[in-house]
Amino acid sequence: MQEFLTVIDALNEGFFQTFKLFAVTLLGALPLGLIISFGSMSKFKPLSYFTKTVVWVIRGTPLMLQLFIIYYVPGQLSGGASPWSAFEDDRFIASCVAFIINYACYFSEIYRGGIQGVPVGQREAGEVLGMTKTQIFFKVTLLQMVKRVVPPMSNEIITLVKDTSLARIISYQEIIWAGYSFIKGSRGISGIVWPLFFTGLYYLAFNGILTLLFGYIEKKLKHFN
Amino acid sequence: MAILEVENIKKSFGKTEVLKDISFSLNKGEVLTIIGSLGSGKTTLLRCLNFLEFAESGTISVRDKLVYNGENHKKLKDAELRENRLHFGLVFQQFNLFPQYTVKKNVTLAPSLLKRNTPEEIEEKANALIKRVGLEEKCDSYPATLSGGQQQRVAIARALALEPDILCFDEPTSALDPELTGEVLKVIRSLKGHDSTMIVVTHEMQFAKEVSDRVIFMADGKIEEEGTPDEVFGNPKSERLKAFLSNSL
Repeated sequence: MQEFLTVIDALNEGFFQTFKLFAVTLLGALPLGLIISFGSMSKFKPLSYFTKTVVWVIRGTPLMLQLFIIYYVPGQLSGGASPWSAFEDDRFIASCVAFIINYACYFSEIYRGGIQGVPVGQREAGEVLGMTKTQIFFKVTLLQMVKRVVPPMSNEIITLVKDTSLARIISYQEIIWAGYSFIKGSRGISGIVWPLFFTGLYYLAFNGILTLLFGYIEKKLKHFN
Repeated sequence: MAILEVENIKKSFGKTEVLKDISFSLNKGEVLTIIGSLGSGKTTLLRCLNFLEFAESGTISVRDKLVYNGENHKKLKDAELRENRLHFGLVFQQFNLFPQYTVKKNVTLAPSLLKRNTPEEIEEKANALIKRVGLEEKCDSYPATLSGGQQQRVAIARALALEPDILCFDEPTSALDPELTGEVLKVIRSLKGHDSTMIVVTHEMQFAKEVSDRVIFMADGKIEEEGTPDEVFGNPKSERLKAFLSNSL
């Protein structure tokens, strides 16, 4: 029993780290993705080519590699004086940077699809009614875009929950790191495997809640097409 | 007195000249219908009047005030452009109602953003307009639950809410099932005589004959013939108009 409580305690701590990375990534990537999507839709060609190239590189390479690069390469370039310390806080920030950039690029493509999926006639109707571009975006296009974007976004966000485990590659102490630690030995316990499998329940429960939440949002937007 | 003066409008898409030197004028309270085959430039002309397309040259004046000049429209500030375009209203072929809002909100949205009137006045006006198009029971319904004909009637109320000097209709019944065109045409007909000046692009020849004060027949981006309905339908002069009429009846 004591062993169980010790493990749960460690897993809870690990899950808190997982959740922190998840939440900060979401808060950063949701707006950054919108900015990137505007960049890739820009009529100013150099900007749109540049943005599309960045999105291609980020989506075309593994997130794990990006984590390595962001955490280790600055130190290599500056001759060993890494801007990141070995402390957990810095591993967290480095992970956030990598995750936000990576997810913002995925989100930007979803946003782009959502914005371009709103019929041109909607914008024209707004223009003819004397609305400004800002009013058209916020009062006409935005909600229709949100509706189109919710299903693919919920997919990405559920993937994000699980992707946070990649941060363990730079020793960020998220929940899988915590579960695994009981195999090699931690808090006086070693050689047990079940905590690692037990972490799956945390993911399942959390994604279950998210699924319900997205279902609720989709239902709220059901009154229009 | 002419409420609308359109002079020498020219518009091309790439190398294709869509409007070749269009001029016409319209008196207050008149209904003008524009007929012509596909690709004759009717819709583009309406879109130029509503600044959804910008004519390369030519001028548009409303009540003797120059609202558009093809030569320098790029210098026009956004706010001026919006102010000027409000002389016109447009009812689209595809309705283009805002699907996320109720019928009432569709009608009140633009006036409340313009803030010319108090919210109470806007609300009252919207109710009256919705009643006028016969949809008072659908005030709180969403567009998706309405038939095409009902949606188009809401679109008409929405356009009227801004009290445009000239209300334009771009083939308002072309996207409707035949049994629904009647209710929309009835609403348009009922606007006549309410001081509404209207320009209607339509394929409904019977309707054009009956409701118009003047008819313009367009072909190849030009006004091929114009006159009263009696002249245009009863006594067509150009061969193209004769051919067009015999094909569409």
